[in-house]
Amino acid sequence: MDTAKLILSMDGLVLKEIQLSKERMTIGRKPHNDIQIDNLAISGEHAVVVTILNDSFLEDLGSTNGTFVNGQSVKKHFLQNGDTIELGKYRLKYINETAQQTPAADFEKTMIMRPGMMAKAAEHGGAKGAGDTQVGMKPAVQPNAHPQTAPMNTAAAAAAAATVVPGAQPAPAALPLGSIQVLTGANTGKELELTKTLTTLGKPGVQVAVIARRPQGYFITHVEGANFPIVDGKTLGAEAHKLADNDVIELAGVKMQFFIKS
Amino acid sequence: MNVTEALKITTRTDPGMVRSQNEDAVMANPLCGFVVLADGMGGYNAGEVASGMATTLLGSELEKAFTQRPPQNRVDGGKLWAHVVLEGEITRANAAIYQAAQSQPQYSGMGTTLVAVVFHDNALTVAHIGDSRLYRLRGEEFQQITRDHSLLQEQIDSGMLTPEEARHSQNKNLVTRALGVDPTVEAEIRDYEVQVGDVYLLCSDGLNDMVDDEEIAMTVSALAANLDLCATQLIQMANDNGGRDNVSVILAKVVGDFGVQRGFRSWLSRLLAWLK
Repeated sequence: MDTAKLILSMDGLVLKEIQLSKERMTIGRKPHNDIQIDNLAISGEHAVVVTILNDSFLEDLGSTNGTFVNGQSVKKHFLQNGDTIELGKYRLKYINETAQQTPAADFEKTMIMRPGMMAKAAEHGGAKGAGDTQVGMKPAVQPNAHPQTAPMNTAAAAAAAATVVPGAQPAPAALPLGSIQVLTGANTGKELELTKTLTTLGKPGVQVAVIARRPQGYFITHVEGANFPIVDGKTLGAEAHKLADNDVIELAGVKMQFFIKS
Repeated sequence: MNVTEALKITTRTDPGMVRSQNEDAVMANPLCGFVVLADGMGGYNAGEVASGMATTLLGSELEKAFTQRPPQNRVDGGKLWAHVVLEGEITRANAAIYQAAQSQPQYSGMGTTLVAVVFHDNALTVAHIGDSRLYRLRGEEFQQITRDHSLLQEQIDSGMLTPEEARHSQNKNLVTRALGVDPTVEAEIRDYEVQVGDVYLLCSDGLNDMVDDEEIAMTVSALAANLDLCATQLIQMANDNGGRDNVSVILAKVVGDFGVQRGFRSWLSRLLAWLK
């Protein structure tokens, strides 16, 4: 597995590539830092990057001029591939190749955390990581170890809550949008856009069908009731049925039409 | 109503879209009212062996123990029989898998997660190890009942990651406990009361890594009337989203009261049964 790295640059000029080979990599003006940036805008101990296996976290160490990620001031930040850390005039781009790789078959495999795994990921953390897995994680994870970081964690949590991070998208916007228009009964003329992964239709306990939105299109399936839905005059079986544009669905005595909107 | 009549159970397992092998294993015993799901790990077919051993061993041993004595009984010291049996049989299954892994090189390092639920007397006992989960739908509320034994969960607990950030972690699938990887293991065992109408979902991480909890909740809630379709839909959603891992689900719906009648009520119901 590739190690994550930081690319240090100033005014667009790449100065250095730094492998995140240690569990804790400190950034600051003073020479004892792992990443030394000798510039007055940088505090003596400015920030630290903590790497745990394939994840890296950036934490500002109470610097005078602050730490910014993608233009936003951060106290603690969970680094994502491509993030740009700004310290004064300097830029540190975070590159994590594991995040870019298309998931290999092994990527999703469940694995047991063994003692020593942490040490492999961060050679200098090894001393702390030896022995029990959980104990080995404590130095990096335990916010209480640095009492001054406790409120920062809260701030980071609040900041994270404010940013919109895309989650798994079961119904990507690229899919054509389908819709149902009621043709008969009290709701005649009403339209229902099928934006959700699943839309149930009918009367619970009497007759219910579900329309699933999938990458391959929209599919209708019988859920409950003695009568099965009728699509274009044909009664469905228990299997899912792919809906075509302008199909007429008959369900619990109501007719409705399916159509593709876009 | 006995537990068999009070529960509707569906099990389903699928290799997913990427893997050729299925290392998950599921089993249900509707007569005794228990279900077991395991997600194996290890090279070649070792993961399948570990999860298969877990479900087979627990399946037969729990049945023996609960036929002998019902799970809700209290034994010496007031402990629930369900707890005594789960602790004992998980310890034995752990030893069996560990020994197989030690003695046969091709099984070296194999192990499995486990989630097992025993229904008894309007309650359930759940035992789990690793990141296979138990969820519950009660009314509108969909809730994760078990807490993963995983690096991510520990990072969330310590405040290092928010649950939202955890979705973007590159450290998924690292469990801190598993069955069969060490000479001993501690299962987390807890009891919960059960209500009529509850729907329980046991799943491997192949589901909850690929499908958001909100989507899982919506599906279970919308399709609770048809558990087979619900299971099919959950697996299809995981596969539509990439299906990068094996996917397994067990659904159990509580359709009636299965409280054990005691004292006068018990005597009365036996009398009524006799009069019928």
